Amino acid sequence: MIRLLLPLVLMLAAGMSAAEDRSSLWPDIPKATGAPHAEGNAYWRKHHMEMMRHDRDLTMRDGDRMIAASLKGCFDCHTVKDASGATVTYASEKHFCRSCHDFAAVRVDCFMCHRSTPDGIDETDDHAALTGRKAGDILAYLRAIGEGGE
Amino acid sequence: MTRIKGAELSRRDFLRSGAAVASATLAPGVTLIAFGGSQAQAAADAGKRWGLLIDAGKCDAGCSACVSACRDENGWGGHGNPDTDAQWIRKVTLKNKTTGHETSMPVMCQHCAEPPCVDVCPTGASFKRADGIVLVDKHTCIGCRYCMMACPFKARSFVHEPIVNQKSHAPRGQGTVESCTLCVHRVDAGGTPACVEACAGAGHEAILFGDLNDPDSQISKRLAEYPSAALRPDLGLGQGVRYANL
Repeated sequence: MIRLLLPLVLMLAAGMSAAEDRSSLWPDIPKATGAPHAEGNAYWRKHHMEMMRHDRDLTMRDGDRMIAASLKGCFDCHTVKDASGATVTYASEKHFCRSCHDFAAVRVDCFMCHRSTPDGIDETDDHAALTGRKAGDILAYLRAIGEGGE
Repeated sequence: MTRIKGAELSRRDFLRSGAAVASATLAPGVTLIAFGGSQAQAAADAGKRWGLLIDAGKCDAGCSACVSACRDENGWGGHGNPDTDAQWIRKVTLKNKTTGHETSMPVMCQHCAEPPCVDVCPTGASFKRADGIVLVDKHTCIGCRYCMMACPFKARSFVHEPIVNQKSHAPRGQGTVESCTLCVHRVDAGGTPACVEACAGAGHEAILFGDLNDPDSQISKRLAEYPSAALRPDLGLGQGVRYANL
């Protein structure tokens, strides 16, 4: 009997520890405010990019601003505050978009042009540093080129 | 282009939900029917042609209210590097060398009917909306700057630095080209561009905004009544921005 049960118990224990590992590695998706998506979170997780890409063309090309999916709309509900109570920008690992995209190792370029916080909440310079250069570095670069040429 | 439906709805569910057609009976025999869908509300109306009439006679040489209003509205503040900083609208002074008479006026994207920037764009990022507003789709702009060379009015700028704190209605980023959008976000909401408002606020009322296709609009009436000119008329670009008293 023990010969039969022991492997079973071991398997269960192993399975449980694997599940624990997974849950601790799983992205910690920040809670949102506002009404939930009518289509369900799973749908939006899978399709948000297609929806935003589709609707951005409607807004940009046709001027239709009554759209379902926009970055600005996301931040109505999906903003994250840090320990000090300040709204985080895309520079923070806690930013709503990064919580999944870092996990999936997908870098999004949206925030090179779009702001990553709602209007009125300032982004800091760390945000600009994400692209590899801080604002003002172009001057240093041009100066260096000028010095090299002389 | 297929629109992704929010949820899997069968045709029967859709019709049953009443989302397709909303109807209201106004009076016996008269029924108001409104069709669902956002396409009907699309703001870029092909029947319209938005334009500006700038009266150089009313423009004050010492005033730059339009420029600062545009900067505040669209957030293109400089990085202290005038050679490369973005400039969506600039004050230009013309001097008649024979008489010495000087004329001051704002020059921005002229929103051409036949825009050279659209002709040369290799990716289709530079485009003209149905209502005549010329824009850059920064999602497809590769920053090649052909449009900057093609534009006879020096209306386009290239963004050299990484940018933070953009306005949510005017996204702009390093490596893309940008220009006056005729405050498309305001126009879509039924408003007027920020420069027009600022000019009126400064007491000059030198810029008039309106629909050139509508013969009853104020701008069309003024254009019919008084002489005006497009810049570089020899190029035949059919600009939406016209100038009076040059």
